[in-house]
Amino acid sequence: MYRYTDFDAAFVAERNSQFRAQVERRIDGNLTEDEFKPLRLMNGLYLQLHAYMLRVAIPYGTLNSAQMRQLAYIAERWDKGYGHFTTRQNIQFNWPTLRDVPDMLDALAEVQMHAIQTSGNTIRNVTADHFAGAAADEIADPRPVAELIRQWSTDHPEFQFLPRKFKIAVTGSPNDRAVTKAHDIGLRMVRNDVGEPGFEVIVGGGLGRTPMIGKVVRDFLPEADLLPYLEAVVSVWNLLGRRDNKYKSRIKITVHEHGIDDIRARVEERFALLRPAFTGVDQQLFAQIKADFAPPAFKDRDTGPFDLAYANDPVFRSWADTNLSAHRAPGHAIGQISLKAHGATPGDATADQMRVMADLAERYGHDELRISHEQNVVLPHVHMADLPAIHAALKAAGLATANIGKISDIIACPGMDYCALATARSIPIAQEIATRFDQLKLEHEVGDLKIKISGCINACGHHHVGHIGILGLDRAGVENYQITLGGDHTETAAIGQRTGPGFSADEIVPAIERIVDTYLSERDSAEETFIDTFRRVGMTPFKTALYGESDKKQKAA
Amino acid sequence: MPAIFTPKVITANALLEGDVVYLTQDDTWSRHLADADVLTDEADAQIRLIDASARTSEVVGVYLADVSADAKGPKPTHFREAFRMRGPSNYPHGKQSEAL
Ligand code: HEM
Ligand code: SF4
Repeated sequence: MYRYTDFDAAFVAERNSQFRAQVERRIDGNLTEDEFKPLRLMNGLYLQLHAYMLRVAIPYGTLNSAQMRQLAYIAERWDKGYGHFTTRQNIQFNWPTLRDVPDMLDALAEVQMHAIQTSGNTIRNVTADHFAGAAADEIADPRPVAELIRQWSTDHPEFQFLPRKFKIAVTGSPNDRAVTKAHDIGLRMVRNDVGEPGFEVIVGGGLGRTPMIGKVVRDFLPEADLLPYLEAVVSVWNLLGRRDNKYKSRIKITVHEHGIDDIRARVEERFALLRPAFTGVDQQLFAQIKADFAPPAFKDRDTGPFDLAYANDPVFRSWADTNLSAHRAPGHAIGQISLKAHGATPGDATADQMRVMADLAERYGHDELRISHEQNVVLPHVHMADLPAIHAALKAAGLATANIGKISDIIACPGMDYCALATARSIPIAQEIATRFDQLKLEHEVGDLKIKISGCINACGHHHVGHIGILGLDRAGVENYQITLGGDHTETAAIGQRTGPGFSADEIVPAIERIVDTYLSERDSAEETFIDTFRRVGMTPFKTALYGESDKKQKAA
Repeated sequence: MPAIFTPKVITANALLEGDVVYLTQDDTWSRHLADADVLTDEADAQIRLIDASARTSEVVGVYLADVSADAKGPKPTHFREAFRMRGPSNYPHGKQSEAL
């Protein structure tokens, strides 16, 4: 995997010592909060409801065992013994004190990690398919692209004061696991008719208060044109983007207001000017970065131990059926470690659990771990023969929940339990739904179903693209939960539709149960998934289940 | 008719720890809502708010929060303030875990 160059290491060290001095000046009273706030945000430090929060980037979701162990150490030394993995492939520490943050940042730098550009109006941590470099369906590994973009954008002088934050996601597979259509720019690695590598460039996607599905601005961009083209997109928006109104500042609004054709024409014009300035240095760099992501040496071994456990151990079989995905190397699998034990906080891992995952990666997984945007951890390269031992170790650590992609594998933002912007809680709703469906023993019967919950309109929990989305609001001083159905986060991305009036905290879990019951009675077979059933039968039966017939009749009368 | 002024407390987050604090009658910061000075006069509340907001080397994000007040002291009227007073609901962390 990518290793810091001397330049990277010096850059991070310099930033950390600057920030240490800034923290000291803030504590001495030589910086006001107004002066300090943008500086701390640039270094990933937020002030939430109950404490500071440090957000650490996990570039393209990839980390090694030493890094995971260091996160465990930080969690124990300066936090409350756990960390929260987020939908943006970050980890958040919820309880640092201001004085400790510079030490935490130095501890991160020891393992080549940092919190730069996890916040502020810059190009944020670039996210990528969490199965990158491993998935059977992949055209090419998206991480070198993400790393190239990270190097180009980090501290780029033109892009430190953008109209708003800017998020880029990359996928190397036609099956989009990186939600590229809900990002400011989404890149899909494709090949043209003659087999040359390039990108489909999607622009103007986003969630938040005005959710938009991204539009294709260029259907084939040759690989070598990537950086000048991205620079063209960002600079067109940098000029046009609305700085007068925070709610209209994202590129999705710019694209919406000007239309994709106008944006495309402006980008092409700007691109023609910028292209000659890129003389190929970026392509040399890209070649070097690619070498850093060379695949590990996969060994061909007998899968006998897997077959034996699969045949004899039903608990293992259930986990294998649910949590494994196809790997491109024979005899290998991608294993997902669920951070969604029924009733637990989605995305949280204790320091001990982090160490168990680090040990497993080191021992069986070519020293690699991934964080998925669905708030789980991935062992991207494991041999099937090792899976029974891996499963046993996970089970002992409370990490063997067999629910990936199922109803209890819920994305939930921190909501009002932590976040200062929240209008309602989201974590307890996720906990209650998971606990309820576990009690009903319905999870596997229901099959693939994505529930995503946000605690306010900012949509950090991706609720717009959940098959079932839940949005927590404050209705006259009471928590109220609005439901959307039919959202989709994949290559067939769609924004969910609202069912109608919201539900109180007490009513929301029964409401979800009625939706699921309706699906079970409407589906044409056990093979028809929730989203397919919804697409076939539409909103009506679900509305009836939620609100009864009376509502419709009254309107008709 | 002017709106009736509902009782308020002055609250913020501590600069160093980041946790929730309340302004007391003698202008110190307390970790506990029970110690907060309940303000019932609008003009007084505004002046206290301005003065408290100037104390930027102690606290961040000073504002007035609604409370209901009886003989037992101030109580939050909005659930957000109730969480700020207690801590998160998924773990016994924050104020709820600290011995009073
Ligand atoms: C201190 C906590 C947080 C704050 C203050 C915050 C703030 C925001 C705001 C203001 C937006 C709306 C942006 C816009 O529409 O222009 C947003 C969107 C978003 N945030 Fe957060 N957020 C927080 C935590 C998180 C967490 C924990 C995650 C990951 C789990 C996250 C991921 C996202 C995502 C995915 C979006 C929507 C995508 C988009 O940008 O359109 N945020 N956040
Ligand atoms: S969606 Fe709202 S409540 Fe949830 S983390 Fe984002 S800003 Fe906070």
